[in-house]
Amino acid sequence: MNIHEYQGKGLFRDAGLPVVAGVHCTTVEQALSAYDDLASKIVAVKSQIHAGGRGKGVLYDPETGAEVMQGGVKIAFNRDEVETYATNLLGNKLVTKQTGEAGKIVNNLYIESGCAIAHEYYLAILVDREEKMPLIMASTEGGMDIEEVAESTPEAIHKIHIDINVGVTDAQAVDLASALGLDGSASDSFVTMIQGLFSLFVEKDCAMVEINPLVRTEGNEMVLLDAKVSFDENALFRHPDIVELRDLSEEEGTEIRAKEAGLSYVKLDGNIGCLVNGAGLAMATMDVIKLYGGEPANFLDVGGGADEQQVETAFSIIMEDPNVKGILVNIFGGIMRCDIIARGVIAATEALGLEDPLVVRLVGTNFEKGRTILAASGLNIHTVETLAEGAEKIVSLIGGGQ
Amino acid sequence: MGIWIEEDAKILVQGITGKQGTFHATKSAEFGANVVGGVTPGKGGQTADLGVIQVPVWNTMTEAISETDADASVIYVPPRFASAAIIEAADAFKSVKGTGVIVCITEGIPTLDMVKATAHVRGIEGVRLIGPNCPGIITPSETGGAKIGIMPGSIHAKGRIGVVSKSGTLTYEAVAQTMSIDEGQSTCVGIGGDPVNGTGFIDCLSAFEADEQTVAVVMIGEIGGTAEEEAAAWVAENMSKPVVGFVAGMTAPPGKRMGHAGAIISGGKGTASEKVAAMEAAGIRCANDPSEIGAVLLKSLQDAGLR
Repeated sequence: MNIHEYQGKGLFRDAGLPVVAGVHCTTVEQALSAYDDLASKIVAVKSQIHAGGRGKGVLYDPETGAEVMQGGVKIAFNRDEVETYATNLLGNKLVTKQTGEAGKIVNNLYIESGCAIAHEYYLAILVDREEKMPLIMASTEGGMDIEEVAESTPEAIHKIHIDINVGVTDAQAVDLASALGLDGSASDSFVTMIQGLFSLFVEKDCAMVEINPLVRTEGNEMVLLDAKVSFDENALFRHPDIVELRDLSEEEGTEIRAKEAGLSYVKLDGNIGCLVNGAGLAMATMDVIKLYGGEPANFLDVGGGADEQQVETAFSIIMEDPNVKGILVNIFGGIMRCDIIARGVIAATEALGLEDPLVVRLVGTNFEKGRTILAASGLNIHTVETLAEGAEKIVSLIGGGQ
Repeated sequence: MGIWIEEDAKILVQGITGKQGTFHATKSAEFGANVVGGVTPGKGGQTADLGVIQVPVWNTMTEAISETDADASVIYVPPRFASAAIIEAADAFKSVKGTGVIVCITEGIPTLDMVKATAHVRGIEGVRLIGPNCPGIITPSETGGAKIGIMPGSIHAKGRIGVVSKSGTLTYEAVAQTMSIDEGQSTCVGIGGDPVNGTGFIDCLSAFEADEQTVAVVMIGEIGGTAEEEAAAWVAENMSKPVVGFVAGMTAPPGKRMGHAGAIISGGKGTASEKVAAMEAAGIRCANDPSEIGAVLLKSLQDAGLR
């Protein structure tokens, strides 16, 4: 689960970590009053969306598609500029490297006091899957795209693994500060900051904390000038305070409804809807559709023990997508019995008035019963034996690839 | 033979009185697995009715292992208690008999809980953790076998192919593919789809290499992380037996979690095409489509003079 920068900075501030003063705004008036309150001549006017690359993004008018402004993060040197930038950002569509062409509408701003920057660094904390340990990554090349740094100068990225039961030791923190070329009060400031940030990472069950840039001020203090914080969905049950930070307008509505129904759904751009049990098999089904010249409209895993009702919900979610021209159901019944799936498929097609072609592959527990039920239904359902046959069939039924 | 789990391995079920625990323990017992009892704190002294057999319930893993000399434990407890169950099992196997296999089926365990649990288990030689978020492990026998997990037992048969996979239903697909060319399985291991898990691909491949019953291995990967690439490098250096593979998620978009918590392409890393390229470069023949795994495996067996 992702949160906005202003929310991340709020968590940092509460944890006593070094951030500069800032105010969250949703209107131009609030932005102007924030500017007056901050009493900093220079401020940053930052769009708040759940995607990176904001600084280099472009704003468009969502109605006309006309370009409004370059840059989703602007430095304002006076009140008039704050007004101009806030007006250009709010309600417009920000397209960045990470949002895709669809972009995201800017509904929130963060007005932050200026800060005299001596140098910019990169800092991230995440879990290294292979080492099964938390990992801190830091680089002197702040403000840059970290993937580019990793590609061009991997030696510039310093990595340390942390024992979760111990935390960041003084020695580790001092070594990392020194690797970043920090000394004196900057090093002291870094050590306190990194130990505090790591504690926050563990305490709040973060998936990733990325600070780009982390800055050293001209006063030789370290300041967290960015906050990209995401949380482990599996741990949200013990963090009601974090759940409250969720901004549902930043998430796909159908994906939220699917999750509530115990389904795992991701919308894609194609026209063949898929309904599968198991995440790996669901991905493989998408892959094979593509292999036969089609394009999957979604990833949908109904899980290991879906009932008739869940199958029906899954169908309704798939059919909400206007691009869908046909549906492929692929079930390897283990725990899940194929006769139950077959009944769910029939109930769903009848209840929802499905007219698009439907191809069903059932294997595993009670598959003969399932196929008999489908055949006896009199509905226009094509049953197949293998995934390859299923993909080929649905692609040909909708008239080939896109 | 087979790896880690003998056909008649003695199995305990943690969470045996819960809905999932009772259901799957019953399925295992029906299949012929040697389920010797279970653990549910506070329910010690009760008897669990698994249909074909009745087994005792203990309060703690230490009692349960002491009484039964169990070889393995399977965990069906809810996510928030699962890492504690893993740690309890590991400590109990260590103190009572020094060895044991822990299979954690539970899906949705917080990642940092697993960081702590895997660090704990790693420090105990002789104890192995499989999973979490996996279908489990099965060593089929002539009459059934050690089915430790949620896989449908009926699709398996004893044979000479090892199967290792991150995914559940795709493992079943791989098993069905071995059967389609008249080959059975030595052991099938689901290592799970979470970002942090116990046993990995290399552990399995290395055990299959050493296992006399296994002649070839099917390895099923999926997007996310770099475990497949590391396994491929290991195979190139160390594996004499043929390995065939499949990687799910060619069409998955970056930045989106595809069901499994670990199945996500992030920062340009973990794509299916990179994984397939690394595996092919290591001599692992990969199928483009799970329906082709059988054909690819047959070809590899023929080339190795095994068919």
